Amino acid sequence: MENLNILIVGVGGQGVILASEVLTLVGIKAGFDVKKSEIHGMSQRGGSVSSDIRFNKVKVHSPVIARKSADFLVGFEKLEALRAIDMVADDGIIISSNYRLDPMTVSAGSMIYPDDVEGIVKENHEKTYFFDHVETIEKIKNPRAVNIYILGALASFIDIDKEIWIEVIKSRVPPKTVELNLNAFEEGLKIGG
Amino acid sequence: MSKEMMSGNEAIARAAYEAGVKVAAAYPGTPSSEIMENVAKYDEIFSQWGPNEKVAFEVALGAAFAGKRAICAMKHVGLNVAADPFFTASYSGVEAGFVIVSADEPGMHSSQNEQDNRNYAKFAKIPMLEPSDSQEAKDFTKLAFDISEKFDTPVLMRVTTRICHSKSMVELKERKETGLNEFPKKNTRKYVVIPAHARIKRVMVEQRLKDLAEYAENTDINRIEEGTRDLAFITSGFSHNYVKEVYPDAHFLKLGFTYPLPMKMIRKFVDQHKKVIVVEELDPFMEDQIKVAGINVHGMDIITNIGELNSDIIRNSIENTKDEVNDIGVSIPVRPPALCPGCPHRGVFTILREQSVRVMGDIGCYTLGVLPPLDNLDWCVCMGAGVSMVQGLEKAWDDEHADKIVGMVGDSTFFHSGITGLVDIVYNHGIGTIFVLDNSTTAMTGTQENPATGKDIKGKPATRVDIRKICEAVGIKEIYDVDPQDLDALGEVVAKALASKNPTVIITHRECILLPLRAKVKFTPLKIDTEKCIGCKSCVSVGCPALAYDKKLRKTRVLPELCVGCEVCSRMCPKSAFTKNGEPLVYEKRHKIRGK
Ligand SMILES: Cc1ncc(C[n+]2csc(CCOP(=O)(O)OP(=O)(O)O)c2C)c(N)n1
Ligand code: SF4
Ligand code: SF4
Repeated sequence: MENLNILIVGVGGQGVILASEVLTLVGIKAGFDVKKSEIHGMSQRGGSVSSDIRFNKVKVHSPVIARKSADFLVGFEKLEALRAIDMVADDGIIISSNYRLDPMTVSAGSMIYPDDVEGIVKENHEKTYFFDHVETIEKIKNPRAVNIYILGALASFIDIDKEIWIEVIKSRVPPKTVELNLNAFEEGLKIGG
Repeated sequence: MSKEMMSGNEAIARAAYEAGVKVAAAYPGTPSSEIMENVAKYDEIFSQWGPNEKVAFEVALGAAFAGKRAICAMKHVGLNVAADPFFTASYSGVEAGFVIVSADEPGMHSSQNEQDNRNYAKFAKIPMLEPSDSQEAKDFTKLAFDISEKFDTPVLMRVTTRICHSKSMVELKERKETGLNEFPKKNTRKYVVIPAHARIKRVMVEQRLKDLAEYAENTDINRIEEGTRDLAFITSGFSHNYVKEVYPDAHFLKLGFTYPLPMKMIRKFVDQHKKVIVVEELDPFMEDQIKVAGINVHGMDIITNIGELNSDIIRNSIENTKDEVNDIGVSIPVRPPALCPGCPHRGVFTILREQSVRVMGDIGCYTLGVLPPLDNLDWCVCMGAGVSMVQGLEKAWDDEHADKIVGMVGDSTFFHSGITGLVDIVYNHGIGTIFVLDNSTTAMTGTQENPATGKDIKGKPATRVDIRKICEAVGIKEIYDVDPQDLDALGEVVAKALASKNPTVIITHRECILLPLRAKVKFTPLKIDTEKCIGCKSCVSVGCPALAYDKKLRKTRVLPELCVGCEVCSRMCPKSAFTKNGEPLVYEKRHKIRGK
C-alpha cells in the first residue's frame, strides 16, 4: 500500500473528529506521511462535518482529497454519505451507518429526506457496506462507541497491523471505556470478514 | 527533537513559545481562535482575550514597544477593526518582534465576506509571510519575529482556513528567551507619532520596503522547486499544495515571503519559460504586481478569484476540462447549522416572531435565527452593527417604526463594539430597543471566555464586567433582566420596551446549553402523546433539531438523545400533547408563531 485517502463525513457531535484523530495516529505509527484537513466551522450546531485523511509512503502534498479519489468514504449518517458519493474513487469502498438524522430543512418541512438513501448509494456505488445503527448499538452496548466500531469496520479492509489500531485506540479513549471501545472495534472488524 | 502532528494554529502557537514571546492577545474568530487557545497553554507567555481585535492588537503592540516579543491573532475581518493601529505601527516600528496573524477564509466556511488581507500588507507597507503547511507555519512565524526586529517593523502572517485547520507533522524545538533586558529608554521621535515625526518616518518606510525587497530576493523561504520546463507555476500559501498535487513534476517558484515580492527572482524564473501561471487564492495580489513590473504571467485569466481553490478546479481550469456530473436523480437536502436544542436564543426569536418584530441582528449564534423555520432576522452586517444601525433604521422614519424594531448583540459582541452604539443612541435622542443576549460565553467561535463570564483565557477567576451597570452608566433608563426561556415574562417585557419612548435594553440571562452539557448535567427530554398530536407543526416552528416531523404519519416526534426539555416547543402546542416525566405539560398561556 503506497497511499490511502479516507474521507469521513457526518453531523456535528457524532464523533467524526475523534475518529479522524485516531486514524491519523494509526497512519503515523504505520510509517506513513499523514495529513488531515477538516471543515468543522459550524459543527457544534448540527451542520455537516467532514474530515479528509491522507496517507502516503513518501509525502502527502495537499491534505484535501480530490474528487473521485477517496479510497474509503466513511459515513456516520447516511444522507451525508450520499452527499459525498462523488468523492469516492471508482474502486473505492463506502462504509456507512444507516442512521438517519433529519436536517432542519427536512424537519421544518421545506425539503424532503430521500426515501431509500441506502438503495441510492448502493445503486451508484457497488462496493458499499451499510450497517444498522440500532442493532450495532445493541451489540456494542454504548451509542458513544459507534465511532470506534466504524474504525473497526474500516480496519477490516486496510492492511495495517491490528495491534497498531488497538494501541492508538487505547491511548485516545477515556480510560474507563477502553474495554468497551476495544469490544466495539472487534465487532467492527467483522464487517470486512 | 520530537515531532508532533499539529494544526497550523497549534504550530503558530508553538512558534510563539519557541520564539520567546512574552505577551499574546487575540479576539476569537474562525478560523483563528485555536491560536490563542493553544498559546494559553504555555505558562511562560502572558496570554489574553481582548474585548475586540483593536484592543488585542494594541496590547501586543504595547509589549513590543516595551521590548518584549508579542503576537496577536485574528480572523480576516478582525484586521478591519484593528486597522487603525496597524497602519501607524508601520511607521513607529517596534523595540522587539511583533507579529500579526491574519486568518483569511477563502470559501467563507463561517464568515460574512471573502476579503484578501494580503492587500493590507501592501496598503500599510508591512512585510508578509505565507506558509503552506504546519511546519512552515511554525518556521515562518519564528522567522517573522527576526524580520520584525531586523527591519524595525510589524510583520503580517497570512494564513487561511486550510492552513489553520489542517494537521501535519511539525518538529519541536526548545524555547529561547528573547527581548530586551531593561525597560527601553524614552524615544519620542520614534514612538510619538505626531506629524513632524511621521514625515521623517514616511521616508524611512519607503527605504525599508526597498531593503525588505532585497531580503526577499535572498531568503530561502522563496525557493525554486525543480521540475520539467513544460509547466511552470508561481505559488504561495495553501494553493501551492493543490498545484503540487496535480502537477508534481512541474517547475515551481514557491514564495513564502510575499510582500514585498522578489521581482528579480520572479523575472529570472519567468524568463526561462514560455508561459508561467501564478496560482493564488482570492485576489490577483502577486499577479497584478508582477504584471506592473512588466513581467508577463498568467493567473486569474485561467483560475477563478472566487472561493476556495482545490486540485480539481486547478486541473479543470488549466486543461480546460469539466467534471462530468454524476446525476443520481434525487436532490439532497442541505444541512445548515441550527440553534442547538435548548439554546437560550430560541425563546427570544420565538417571542419576536410572535410579536412580528423586525430584527437588526449581529454576529454570533443568534445569527442562525435567520434560517427557516425561525426566519426572523431582517438585517445583519458586522459586529456592533446590531446596536448602532438601529438608530439609523429608526431615525430615517422619525421613529415612526421604532415600536416594531429591535437590535440584538450577544455578551461578547456587546463588549466588542456594542457599547459605543448604545452611547450614540442615548446621546442622540434615540429610543431604540436593544437586546443583549447574555449566554455567559462566546458561543459561535467555540465558547471562549469574555469580560462577562468572570473567567480569563486560562479559565482562572477574573473580574466580571457587569453589563447592566455599563448600560446604567451609559444612561439607559429602562433596563430589563429576563430569562429567555420564560416566554410569558419575555413577551411582556418586549411589548413594554417597544412601546416605550426611552432607549431600552433587555438583557436575557441563560447560559449556552453547551456549558451544562459539558459539565454532564442531566436533562429530562419531553415526549409527545401521539394520540393528542394533530400534526399542526406548531411546535416544529421553533426550529429545534430535537423535533422531527413525520410527513406520512402527520405527527411530531421528540428525539430523546437530543432534547434537553427546555419547554419552548411545548408552549406552542394547542393540544397540550407534550409530557415531561409522564406528566402532561399544560400552560396558562399558549404561544403561537405560525401563520404570522
Ligand atoms: C470583527 C469580527 N471579529 C470576530 C468575528 C467572529 N465572531 C463571530 S460571532 C462571534 C462571537 C459572538 O459571541 P456573542 O456575541 O457572545 O454571541 P454567541 O455566539 O455567544 O451567541 C465572533 C467572535 C467576527 N465575525 N467579526
Ligand atoms: S452553541 Fe450555545 S448559543 Fe450557540 S446555538 Fe448552541 S446553545 Fe445556542
Ligand atoms: S423541549 Fe422542545 S425546544 Fe426544548 S430541546 Fe426539547 S424539543 Fe427542543
